[in-house]
Amino acid sequence: MTTLPAPGKKKLGLVIDLDTCVGCHACATNCKEWNTSGHSAPLTDVNAYQAEQRGVWFNRVFSYEVKGGSCGERTVHFPKNCLHCETPACVTVCPTGASYKRAEDGIVLIDHDKCIGCKLCSWACPYGARELDEDQGVMKKCTLCIDKIYNTNLPEADRVPACVSTCPSKARHFGDLGDPNSDISKLVKERGGYDLMPEAGYKPVSKYLPPRPGKKAAETVSLAKLAQGGADKPGGFLAFVDRILSR
Amino acid sequence: MHPAYSVIFFTTASGAGLGLLVWLGLFNAFGMLPKTSGFGFAAMALSLGLIGAGLLSSTLHLGRPERFLKAFSQWRSSWLSREGVAAMATFVPAGLLGIGWVFLGQTGGIFALMGLSASVLALVTIYTTAMIYRSLPPIRQWHNGLVVPSYFMLGLGTGAVLLVALTAVSGAFKPSFGWLAALLTAAAFLTKSAYWKQIDTEKPASTIATATGLGAFAKEVRMFEAPHTEENFVMREMGYRVARSHVEKLRGIARVTLFAVPLVLILLTLVAPPALAVFAALAAVLSAGVGVGVERWLFFAEATHNSLLYYER
Repeated sequence: MTTLPAPGKKKLGLVIDLDTCVGCHACATNCKEWNTSGHSAPLTDVNAYQAEQRGVWFNRVFSYEVKGGSCGERTVHFPKNCLHCETPACVTVCPTGASYKRAEDGIVLIDHDKCIGCKLCSWACPYGARELDEDQGVMKKCTLCIDKIYNTNLPEADRVPACVSTCPSKARHFGDLGDPNSDISKLVKERGGYDLMPEAGYKPVSKYLPPRPGKKAAETVSLAKLAQGGADKPGGFLAFVDRILSR
Repeated sequence: MHPAYSVIFFTTASGAGLGLLVWLGLFNAFGMLPKTSGFGFAAMALSLGLIGAGLLSSTLHLGRPERFLKAFSQWRSSWLSREGVAAMATFVPAGLLGIGWVFLGQTGGIFALMGLSASVLALVTIYTTAMIYRSLPPIRQWHNGLVVPSYFMLGLGTGAVLLVALTAVSGAFKPSFGWLAALLTAAAFLTKSAYWKQIDTEKPASTIATATGLGAFAKEVRMFEAPHTEENFVMREMGYRVARSHVEKLRGIARVTLFAVPLVLILLTLVAPPALAVFAALAAVLSAGVGVGVERWLFFAEATHNSLLYYER
């Protein structure tokens, strides 16, 4: 059913730290690796080894340049995947009931057996999180590694999304954002985590942590000024020596 | 947005067919149309044929068309599903009217009532089609108050032009049909002009600064490196770009072929001798057909999707 369930208590999501992300694309690569054999398998690639290659990825790492503000001039690496919104229009527009939001943990999923590939859900997502598998003719999207986070065959420490477990700079965090006392909620509070495109009104569950304020640049000393002897003006005895030497 | 020909044909053909059905149901109830089975067959075949052809065409853009029946299930939340249900529901009274008109030689009583029901359901179907686009917040050119009026005006307007041609060819033309078509063509022109002005002048609510949220921490945000070197699905489906100069030319073509030429030809139909009137009415259909195709192509090609803000496009 594509009508949204009553908002549940548990809201699983990701928190992405834009301060520590180094843009290595490991999250995107491990996501592809895990998910090409999981719930949404396969994540088809077309022309994989030639020009015009295209295929399904759930996670894409952008890089931006920012300047003129609290975080100074810098490069910000910006991984983007489904934010598992609280009011996801991608679900309600689905004509077949293939798209749904789980009441128990808020994860937005697709039942690939019901999808007719009309693409309307991808039109309804302002974040560009859904990609059509043109080989299978159905839509695919981030599952928050539903086949990993609840997988009791795995050690408990490994029951986190593939993008989180692989991140070498600990820029990705996973947890229950519906519980104000969870580690991840505390992190969001402490670091001022924010929503992407809040004006769209989708209420994303996953949050982004802003880059920390840049360090103030060291005071600069003009070389020209130094060359003119404009360093520190000596006084007293040294001023006398300075005058003698300057003749 | 990528202008898929199957969807352009679907919305324009079904729109005109539904518009025609609205007028057939209404004018039949008022006894303004011939009761002959020949006219009934031509009228119902043209209207239901266009609606049906459009619906069939819409399945061509599906990834898994064989599963299309599932699309009727989610009418509680989905405008696309509602449209499918409304279109199918329209066929029931329309089909009954057709049976009465063509096979029983009856258009009054219960059949007139069926015709009126078909008119109402056809209006509902046009509304649901428009709402598929109107209800999508990421596309500002569609999430716009003038989209629904445009679909109504163009569906009812092209339907009225078809009615003029149909009645002119079968010798059942009435001046009121001509004036209706002329009035709706003019109203559609005004609606569409207001729409174009609005999408040209309104300031987008979302920018790369709000999309990334980095605007709160920096005055300037620009892309340094794209996440992939080749175009992905999102860029191909949502990132269609049409040159500004072409937009102006195509809008000009739409203004002439969809509005100006049909208006003149319909006024000609009103005053010309029958032979010329038939020719003028058929030419009006041809011109409006080309025009509404260009207009719908632009409706897609001009629409920008917020997901492309991440790509600085």
